[in-house]
Amino acid sequence: MNLLQSMQVAGRSLFRNRTRSLLTMLGIIIGVAAVIVTISIGAGARVSVQQSINGLGSNLLIIVPGSVTQGGARSGFGGASTLTPKDGLALAALPHVAAVSPMVTARAQVISNGNNWQTQINGVSPSYTFIRTWPLASGTLFSDTDIAASAKVAVLGQTVASNLFPSGGSPVGSTILVKNVPFTVVGVLSARGQSASGQDQDDIVLVPFTAAMQRLTGQTTVGQLMVSADTPDDIALVQTEVTTLLEQRHRIVAGQSDDFNVRNLQDIANTASATATVMEYLLAGVAGVSLLVGGIGIMNIMLVSVTERTREIGLRIAVGARSVTILVQFLIEALMLSAAGGLIGIAFGAFASVAVAKLSQWPLLIPPEAMVIAFGVAAATGVFFGYYPARKAAAMNPIEALRFE
Amino acid sequence: MNAETPVVRVEQLTKIYEIGEQRVLALDRIDLTLMAGEFVAVMGPSGSGKSTLMHLVGLLDRPTSGKYLLEGRDVAGLSSDEQADVRSRRLGFVFQSYNLLPRTTAVENVELPMIYAGVPEKERRRRALEALGEVDLTHVVNHQPNQLSGGQQQRVAIARALVNNPSMILADEPTGALDTKSSQDVMNLFKELNEKRGITIFLVTHEPDVAKNARRIVTFRDGHIVSDVAAGEAVLR
Repeated sequence: MNLLQSMQVAGRSLFRNRTRSLLTMLGIIIGVAAVIVTISIGAGARVSVQQSINGLGSNLLIIVPGSVTQGGARSGFGGASTLTPKDGLALAALPHVAAVSPMVTARAQVISNGNNWQTQINGVSPSYTFIRTWPLASGTLFSDTDIAASAKVAVLGQTVASNLFPSGGSPVGSTILVKNVPFTVVGVLSARGQSASGQDQDDIVLVPFTAAMQRLTGQTTVGQLMVSADTPDDIALVQTEVTTLLEQRHRIVAGQSDDFNVRNLQDIANTASATATVMEYLLAGVAGVSLLVGGIGIMNIMLVSVTERTREIGLRIAVGARSVTILVQFLIEALMLSAAGGLIGIAFGAFASVAVAKLSQWPLLIPPEAMVIAFGVAAATGVFFGYYPARKAAAMNPIEALRFE
Repeated sequence: MNAETPVVRVEQLTKIYEIGEQRVLALDRIDLTLMAGEFVAVMGPSGSGKSTLMHLVGLLDRPTSGKYLLEGRDVAGLSSDEQADVRSRRLGFVFQSYNLLPRTTAVENVELPMIYAGVPEKERRRRALEALGEVDLTHVVNHQPNQLSGGQQQRVAIARALVNNPSMILADEPTGALDTKSSQDVMNLFKELNEKRGITIFLVTHEPDVAKNARRIVTFRDGHIVSDVAAGEAVLR
């Protein structure tokens, strides 16, 4: 008897007991579906975190001033006023630095045409849109000339544009008042949506940082410096170079603490993905346990099935089945149950993953190797847990089996 | 196989069962020869050893000692796989409780031995239908066992025993679960197979009415043959 015939015999006897076969498969179905869903959620979450971190800027380092102590109270990072536009120019000259933008922030009421809106004003350099990979929707960005001239020009975020110009016409060329200083709108940013922390990134006005320092904050220092490295691989190198250069410029000697702080967003990304990995292991463990339970379910049902079909087995032996044929038949039955369960589980898991991706608006990601591995593990579970019952069937004494009541 | 070679030849066949501490002597040095085309009924009370003999002759069990030649071939040296192949190709079995596979049609039940003999699917179906025709069941080939009467089920089982063209059919109390009418139908069928096709029939029964259909009656008691006579002469006790 060849393998195909064994499969026919096994398939037929599973079909004869379809309700029981289906219930037996359920454990494997749930286990495999759980594996697929958890892996795809994990992968989707990882990509989503990576995307929102990339959205902050490409290969980004953020330098914030250090903390100051005033009357015993320590201010926390950014409290000191130690970073200057000249620091920014010096950093831009470093070999692996692609772009640098200072950032001066202020909140202000913005007025135009009888509409007003409170928003965040970011004083930046033209490199800012490159660093944040944030293209304009219309108009142009201000230029280095505008920086040098502290020109009163502004680029609006989408939220600000729609609130100041609700009629929908292009704001480019209009004049807005920021703290009663007239700025000419030269461009509008493309929509960016919410940040990872839920802030509206489009509620913003960009102006030249020189103009912001003179007209809005009245300070000579900047709130932070944004530095973009050439490639992701250079981030760590640039971080060291930036630190060394700023320590020189700020005359910080060895042993003294820095008056600035360099933040590497890749660290945050790595932490987030490490967290995701731990979650994935945890979920994979849960999925593994449910596969184990599913496998024991198969063994249980196969044992019941072998006992229940004792006479059938006796008859098969009497009419000429070799014991290895009986063994193979029951192994194939277990394998078919677990493999079919695996396939159905993959289908359910993929379906659930699509639903989760739709609900969470995460990117849908079902790694093909996850499906292959889940299926393989399910099938292996079937063979492993099917072997003992199959052996029991193959070792039966036909006389006793035929007399079995 | 030439006509002189007996289908079954046993010499000094002994079977001892060990149940825990107890040793049960089921067969005690039996000598018996069955020629091709014989129709023999083995009788005796339960525990007399008649079923044990059938199991040994049917290669479902191995003797404790003694010799068994099946169609002239010593089967003691055969592996269990080789014995399975002999059962599949040379022997047919009929049991008291029919032992048809449930939820499986009559024709599929008849096909079962051919699956293990490696007969191709199309030929399996053709031969199964042919065998069902021989037992006069062409009208119920697609019925399942629970849709058939006891007599019909036993005839399906006989078709199953026939389908690999065995030289001998071993029947263990084949009428034990049937009414008188069905019993007689089944016995007539065995007679017909024996007379028309020359198949050796080895029938185990404890009913004298059934045994009298055979042409030779062997009676067992306590593991010994106590009489071995042609049917007409049998002393039925």
